[in-house]
Amino acid sequence: MSANRLVVAQPLVLFLYKSALNRQNITGGVHMVEQNELEHQIEMERKLFEQKEYQDLVKKVKPKVPLLRNVIGAFLVGGTICLIGQIILGGFIAGGLTQRAAIGATAAVMIFLGSLLTGLGVYDNLAKFAGAGSIVPITGFANSIVAPALEFKSEGYVFGLSSKMFVVAGPVLTFGFIASVTIGLIYYFLP
Amino acid sequence: MTAPKRIGKQTVAFDNPPVIIGRASAVGPKEGKGPLKDYFDFIAEDTYFNDTSWEKAERKFFQTAAKLAIEKANLTPNDIHYFLAGDLLNQIISATYTARSLPIPYVGLYGACSTMYEGLALGAMLIDGGFADHVLAGVSSHYSTAERQFRFPTEQGVQRPLSSQWTVTGAAAMVLAAQGQGPRITHATIGKIVDLGVADATDMGAAMAPAAFDTIKQHLEDTGRDPGYYDLIVTGDLAKIGHRLVQALGEKQGLDLSKNYTDCGLLIYDTSQDVHAGGSGCACSGVVTAGFLLEEMQAGRYQKILGLGTGALHSPIASQQGETVPGIAHAVAIEF
Repeated sequence: MSANRLVVAQPLVLFLYKSALNRQNITGGVHMVEQNELEHQIEMERKLFEQKEYQDLVKKVKPKVPLLRNVIGAFLVGGTICLIGQIILGGFIAGGLTQRAAIGATAAVMIFLGSLLTGLGVYDNLAKFAGAGSIVPITGFANSIVAPALEFKSEGYVFGLSSKMFVVAGPVLTFGFIASVTIGLIYYFLP
Repeated sequence: MTAPKRIGKQTVAFDNPPVIIGRASAVGPKEGKGPLKDYFDFIAEDTYFNDTSWEKAERKFFQTAAKLAIEKANLTPNDIHYFLAGDLLNQIISATYTARSLPIPYVGLYGACSTMYEGLALGAMLIDGGFADHVLAGVSSHYSTAERQFRFPTEQGVQRPLSSQWTVTGAAAMVLAAQGQGPRITHATIGKIVDLGVADATDMGAAMAPAAFDTIKQHLEDTGRDPGYYDLIVTGDLAKIGHRLVQALGEKQGLDLSKNYTDCGLLIYDTSQDVHAGGSGCACSGVVTAGFLLEEMQAGRYQKILGLGTGALHSPIASQQGETVPGIAHAVAIEF
């Protein structure tokens, strides 16, 4: 409402300013420039107001994100993926691997499963239901590499598949490298 | 001297309204299961259309529609003087490679999803201006080619927001002629770019709605008509959110669009097809107009239609640099 009043008020200000100029019979160049600037400013303000008003309207019309449904979906699927990982980890340890080796082996199996499900065209349908639940685990990382690799194969193995493979996962890798180097340096210099 | 065929600010009125003498639509399997399935000339069994890439498939759809439209007009490609065509892909490759297979002088157009109506408006001008006897106007789009150019790889596991739309896979083509039987293009209103600061690339309907409303309003002002003059006012691909926004803008400015206003993006799929807000893409307004609207006009259901092609001139590069999405809409009045 206050923004509305502002817009109504501005032409009034302009009008008063103009009539003041007329009364004083000033038509000097300096004042003309000032007046143009003022008009320009008012026009910009009007546009901004129009944009804001429209964006408020869009907000009203746009459907709300079904937050509760998404959270439940993410919890169920994300939890199940982690549970599967845990079972595999337990299996490797029971089979005689050390804890450290079992973690590496489990990650490899999960990455394989994520890639396989992406190749079979299942993972994106799972993600439609699960959202973050299937993006956050390591299977989601596998999906983000295999999906572009599959799709850009049509542009060849060099310029398509291998160069576009990291188009989605690239930032994750970059920031991962930066984080590991930073932590490595801290570890090295701290006693 | 003022141009004699111009009326008002943005509209042209044709002296001898060009006739749409041939039209054809070719669509993918999802569209072929939708509510308009019986209206399409050709439905492909899969989105690869027996080819090795989606891009190649897209131009096959285009070639199929172009060939069928010329046949249905009882002409050969040599009778056509201009081919006005466009699509969504970079360098409009679907249109260009389709043109490569045809012996017709080619004018490439880019108006994002508004291209079908951009082509109809320009084609009608060429014909009524006396520069051509026959003009072929056509467009294509493909869900998978558009997704991978503008958004994510299709197998990427992401949740599509509820405001997102589904790009129609298919192509449409229409043959315009100076004489003949069929619906006639009586007026064309070329739209201005309108950008009210929508930056969300998953909400194209909201980005285009102000442009659509601006062109509708300008068309009615220029022609002195009111919305009730038309049996149907139909926008290209605003879908659920954009359609509602145009109506809301109408309410605010005293233009009643509650009765006879619809959108191609609402018509082409039904709600069970998991398309969220509705259809989009060049082919959305293309196949719905060529397949459904003009068919229903010839069947006598509609006499006067105001069709609008609506385009979100979205570029991933501009978006990543912080730009908003400019919208455009062109209107064509079709009367039978």
